[in-house]
This record gives sequence, structure tokens and C-alpha cells, in this order.
Amino acid sequence: MSASKAEHANHVLPLRLYLAVGAVLIVLTFVTVAISFIHFGGWNLVVALLIASVKATLVALFFMHLKYDSKLYLIVFLGAILFLAIFIVFTMFDTMERDQIYQIEAKPIRENAAMYDDSSRGMHSVPHDSIQPDSSQ
Amino acid sequence: MSESHTDNTHLAHHFSDAGQQRESAKLGMWLFLLTEILLFGGLFVAYSIYRTWNPDMFHNAHLFLDVKLGTLNTIVLISSSLTVALAIRSLQLNDKKNAARLLTITIVLALVFLVVKYFEYSHKIHLGQLPGKYYTFQGVEGTNPHVFFSIYFMMTGLHGLHVIGGIGYLSWMLRNTIKGKYSSDYYTPVEMGGLYWHLVDLIWIFLFPLFYLIG
Repeated sequence: MSASKAEHANHVLPLRLYLAVGAVLIVLTFVTVAISFIHFGGWNLVVALLIASVKATLVALFFMHLKYDSKLYLIVFLGAILFLAIFIVFTMFDTMERDQIYQIEAKPIRENAAMYDDSSRGMHSVPHDSIQPDSSQ
Repeated sequence: MSESHTDNTHLAHHFSDAGQQRESAKLGMWLFLLTEILLFGGLFVAYSIYRTWNPDMFHNAHLFLDVKLGTLNTIVLISSSLTVALAIRSLQLNDKKNAARLLTITIVLALVFLVVKYFEYSHKIHLGQLPGKYYTFQGVEGTNPHVFFSIYFMMTGLHGLHVIGGIGYLSWMLRNTIKGKYSSDYYTPVEMGGLYWHLVDLIWIFLFPLFYLIG
């Protein structure tokens, strides 16, 4: 028993566990690529982020030893995730609800940019207006 | 157990024992990783705003990224995360030779990642799919396609700088491991490098679907 106790103190995980986690991560990579070619509309983003979160959890718990180390590190990590979530979600409250106040339409930042010139679309020649100095910046 | 308390060669005077020293180093490292997550967080917010406003343009622009190269790089980075974790495990078991070998593989995989990224970047630079006013490409349908490539270059570029930094640090760890500075009694610097490298992997795990796999 003393050997296993010493191993626990040093957090030596079995080789098989590392290889299994690595294999699952690679399988999930192929799964997320395969699923991206099937179209579920808005659900594609949800599924992609869900798989990415599962992969990130596996890396954090096993490769970064959060499952076995002091819970203090887990709190620091979850704290970072919590504040990142607040950052993104609260910004999205604003970004997604703006059309309640005024009409949102995609407006070109530069109307005369060469990329909107239909006659030259698909050509790789130097765009005519990029030669002039850009005064709109 | 007792030898870790009596072996004081690496113990700084302000720590009561090696265990406390190691745990303090780790806490500091996790606080650094927290700032890293929030550093990339700002860019993830920028991504979220512009994708919400331009969903179709993001979809059309992402078709110009190479999914095969992105998948290859994801597998390369996940493998390098595994090898660095195994290198630390080897040090825990006092197998220094194996640790050096696994660190070398990690560094080689990181270099492969950068080479693939170099080919992706040079192709985009050739086509003029560049950030902001340097954007000259004309094949993307939609409004302001240069915004997609601005965010793409910012996020993958900052991530790439982290990969370069990681190669530097891991090379230093490899040199010290070969010199025999680390053993099962003391391997904290390698463990910290491992945590950093896993975070670089973790960020790529999200960058990959958000840029290459827009449904």
C-alpha cells in the first residue's frame, strides 16, 4: 500500500490513461471535422463548441492534472472561465439586441474598396483604388 | 516520502519544505494562465461580435481556410500535448533519458505546427487575404471580408507567438534535462512548461472549429 501512497503523492498517472485521453482527443477532432460537413443550421456552432469543450475538459483534468491536484488550481481555472463567460455573454446581450433600437445592416467600411467591384471579381490584378493614398483612415 | 522533505538542494529559504515550494510555484503558474485566458478572451469577444453581425460573410470567408491543414495541425498540437505530459511522467519516475526524448518529440511537433502555419500564411499573403487595408482579395462574397482575416491573423498570430515562446522554453527544459538538473525530486520548471504548453493546445482546440469549421 505504501507504494501506491507514494505514487499518489507524486501524482504519477498510469501510461495507459495518458494514451487513452490522447486517443479520445484525436477521435473527437475527426468527429468535429466530420460533423461540420453536415448542416444543422445554427446547431453546427453549438455542436462544435460542445465537442471543443469536452476536449478542453479532458486536457485540463488529465494532462494538466486538475483532477488530482489541489482544488485551489481548479478554482483559479474555473474563475478564468467564469469571467471569460461573463465577458462574452454580457457583450452578446448588447450585440444581439441592438436591432431592437435601430436597424442593423452590414455596411461596407469602405464603399469603394476593390473587393466590391463586381467587374473585377475573381481577378488577382492590383485593384485600381489601392494605388491612391487612403485618406479615409 | 521522507526524502522529498530532506532533499533541500532546490529549496529556497522562504519556503518551509519542497512541497510548499512546488505548490506555490504551481499557484503562480495557474494565475499566469488565468491572465492568458483573459488575454485571448478579448479576441474571442471580438470574434463573437463580428460573427454575430456578419454570419454569411464569416461562412463565405472561412471556405478559404484549408480544413485538411487545420486538422493536421490540431492533431500535431494534441500529440505534442500528450508527449509533454509523458515527459513529465518520465521525470516523476526518474527516467531522465525518456524525458529528454519526449521533450525532443514535443519540440519537433511544435516546429511542424509552425511549418504548416507558414504554408497557410504564405498562401493567404500571396492571395492578398490580409488584415485591414492590406486586404486585396476579391473572391469572398459578403460585406467587409477583410474583418474575418483581420481576426484570423490576430488570433492565430498571437497563438503562433505562444507556440514560438513555448519552443524556446521547452528547449531550455530539454537542455537542463540532458544536463541532469531534473529528477523525480525536482521537476517543477518542466511541470510549469507543461501547463503552459497544454494551455496553448487548449486555445487551439477552440480556434480550430471557430475558424476552419464554420457550419
